[in-house]
Amino acid sequence: MSDDLINIKVNQKEIQVDKNLTVMQACEIAGEEIPRFCYHDKLSIAGNCRMCLVEIEKAPKLVSSCTMPLMEGMSIITNSEKVNAGRKGVMEFLLINHPLDCPICDQGGECDLQDQAMYYGFDKSRYKENKRAVDNKNMGPLVNTIMTRCIHCTRCVRFATEVAGVPELGMLGRGENAEITTYLEQSITSELSGNVIDLCPVGALTSKPYQFKARPWELKRTDSIDIFDSVGSNIRVDSRAEEILRVTPRTNEYINEEWISDKVRFNYDGYYQQRIDTPYIKENQKLSISNWEESLKVLKDKLKTLKPLALIGEHVDLETGYAIKKFMSNYGIDNVECRTDNHAILESLDSYRFNTPLNDIENSDLIILVGTNPKIETPIINHKIFKAYNNDAKIFNIGENISLNYKTEYLGESLSNLNNENLIKALKKSTNPLIIIGSAFLNKIKNIKTIKSIFSYADKYKVITKEKNNLNFLNPYASRVGQLIIGNTTSNLCEPFSNLKKDNFELVLSFGSEHIANEQFNNCFKVYFGHHGDDGAMGSDIVLPTPLYTEKNGTFVNIEGRPQEAKKCHNPIGSAKEEWSILKKLSDELSFDFIPNTFDQLRSELFDKHPILSDYHEIIAVENSTSITPDIEFEDCKAEYPVSNFYMSDVISKNSVTMAKCVEEIISTPSLLEKSA
Amino acid sequence: MSSNHPGLSNNFSRSGEKFSWSKDNLRSIKNIISKYPKGREQSAVMPLLYLAQEQNNNWISIECIETISETLNMPKIRVTEVASFYSMYNTRPVGENLVQICRTSPCWLRGSNKITKTICKETKCEINDTSDDNKFTVVEVECLGACSNGPMIQINNDFFEDLDEESTKKIIDNIKEGKPNVIGSQKGRRSSENA
Repeated sequence: MSDDLINIKVNQKEIQVDKNLTVMQACEIAGEEIPRFCYHDKLSIAGNCRMCLVEIEKAPKLVSSCTMPLMEGMSIITNSEKVNAGRKGVMEFLLINHPLDCPICDQGGECDLQDQAMYYGFDKSRYKENKRAVDNKNMGPLVNTIMTRCIHCTRCVRFATEVAGVPELGMLGRGENAEITTYLEQSITSELSGNVIDLCPVGALTSKPYQFKARPWELKRTDSIDIFDSVGSNIRVDSRAEEILRVTPRTNEYINEEWISDKVRFNYDGYYQQRIDTPYIKENQKLSISNWEESLKVLKDKLKTLKPLALIGEHVDLETGYAIKKFMSNYGIDNVECRTDNHAILESLDSYRFNTPLNDIENSDLIILVGTNPKIETPIINHKIFKAYNNDAKIFNIGENISLNYKTEYLGESLSNLNNENLIKALKKSTNPLIIIGSAFLNKIKNIKTIKSIFSYADKYKVITKEKNNLNFLNPYASRVGQLIIGNTTSNLCEPFSNLKKDNFELVLSFGSEHIANEQFNNCFKVYFGHHGDDGAMGSDIVLPTPLYTEKNGTFVNIEGRPQEAKKCHNPIGSAKEEWSILKKLSDELSFDFIPNTFDQLRSELFDKHPILSDYHEIIAVENSTSITPDIEFEDCKAEYPVSNFYMSDVISKNSVTMAKCVEEIISTPSLLEKSA
Repeated sequence: MSSNHPGLSNNFSRSGEKFSWSKDNLRSIKNIISKYPKGREQSAVMPLLYLAQEQNNNWISIECIETISETLNMPKIRVTEVASFYSMYNTRPVGENLVQICRTSPCWLRGSNKITKTICKETKCEINDTSDDNKFTVVEVECLGACSNGPMIQINNDFFEDLDEESTKKIIDNIKEGKPNVIGSQKGRRSSENA
């Protein structure tokens, strides 16, 4: 579209750019780097740091490029003496009240102000007066504040309001008295609050658990995936020696943009608490330390005589899942189950994944939340819904009347409220409606007809069309979609877990699933493969240590059906062994057919068998389901939400001291939002 | 007592009493909000802060902020930001009479220093302090816009102009004794006509 393009010059170089861009964005397209503090692509434009000054021909003064719209024929100069002098002036003013405490500042080495002062700063100060000092503010157990360092860019304020959707941060006072604070210094109640640490261009907001731990250049960086919800946010794990010191986001515009949830960012201290570091065997009702040789021998003997069942937990990667399936196939079919929460599905992929690409959620004009609390189950998806809400989308809620950070219209408790008159009226008017069916209902559905009815309903109201499928199924577990793709489930579509007891299994192998502690397995011999000692391990007869996701390579498929790789960061704790190698050893001794000798062989065998999984970062394409029933009928079931406490939803977070502090300081003190609602 | 201007502090405190709008104010609020377009009701935050301050003994307590945020359906931190930005919203309790002395150049050239000294002596309180009997709070402010009649002071909503030490003392004495004062020029001229 040539109408939208205009001709401009950047440093005498002629380029054509979109007319809706700002001067700063045009300069970036032209390859000129503009220094900045307050500007951030994901936030509204503030224009208050003045660092991005450029010269525009015929303009009498320097112009802040982040706020300036483009005009036809504009000639922008970014490298003149005048520009340099202007930026140096701004930098000098910024540094007037900035303390010279870089040596004790956690931001040191990755600080925007430090970096830019290298280019635009003076080597000495002309300022003789006293610097101002600002009291530190409480922002909760996660964000540490040293407010004297603040340069008032207001990125954190804009983030809290526009991205996190919790307007709790603000700038009080003016001029020299300006201070950033939360309302009455209460803790930030957002699940995304940790992101203000990355946003802060100086060391005013830093990570409390990471305080004084390391310098960025000492850390080994490993690309990984967030496995604490199903979104599959891209993360970078920073470690030194055999210890993870912090977790930060990696930008992925299709999934998490630049944000991650507080759980994955801060629960890493739980990785090293209550770890199972050696095999245990139960003797006289008590678990006692054993070794691999002994424990595998006992297990082997049991496997020879007893009929086994494998349960797959929420953190199991695809390669492990594939090895389990292969091992269990020696005992017949229908003996592996990952849906330990009774998750009801149809056979096709589109009946258990989030069919709308995550970055399309914001384009919807009507969203129906059915039995899901995205705020605590998947904060990143909640952010996308919040974006849609800000684009004037209407949000309806069915299930419990949960409190979210945007307004919803509550329709009622049961699924049949999908037939609510107001909702139907709105659906008929809507051009891009979207339905999210959450685990709260999916785990309760007893009749497969209900799921088929949901599909018919979606078809009837144009949620599913030829071009798009906006009927989404949301569960909070990182392993689920991948394990279902490789078929690690029994043939019961509804209530798969409750139906297991009919099959009289005698030996249960749990791969990180705490459901092994359920009553229904009381008479079975129980083996727990896992990394954290909790209910699952406590009640088992053999406990075998396995590595955490940061201690091995693995593939995870996120909720939209996008395979991604989590890489190994350091060696496993104690004598933990990867699950596939344990199974390999058992297979050899039991003379089963189990080919892979190495992890790479296992992975390539998995990809040969399931070629759709080998395409990392791409959403798996499927045809829309056609399983449609003529009459729409919803059964009556009561919503039961899978996550009730965001900070303690799995064994790892339960063992994190930081997460425990969050529960104490954020959840136990009444939330600001609830009070104002 | 804290030594900064009561309107320039960022620390808000609770009064301990519930703040709810008086009947008159509720009527005015309806009127004020109707002046703004639908969906932009939050623009009324400044007039509402003014009303709250008037009703709440000339200061904005946390209770006032909470009531305003409820009335306008806006986040409390946004109301706090506005209240802390403007120096005319007092963030802590002030005396019955808030004496604001202009110290900007025209008044200063005409002797505002002497006026300040007189007021401090007569009210027995320092700048930015409240007197022990809670009758006066004395603050220095920048230009109040009555330069041709300087030196001048503002006590609550009234201007007192063309002051000298004697007339200033009389004004303070009258307030102490509960007697009425002549508002405006103390030299008898009308508005700012030639003296």
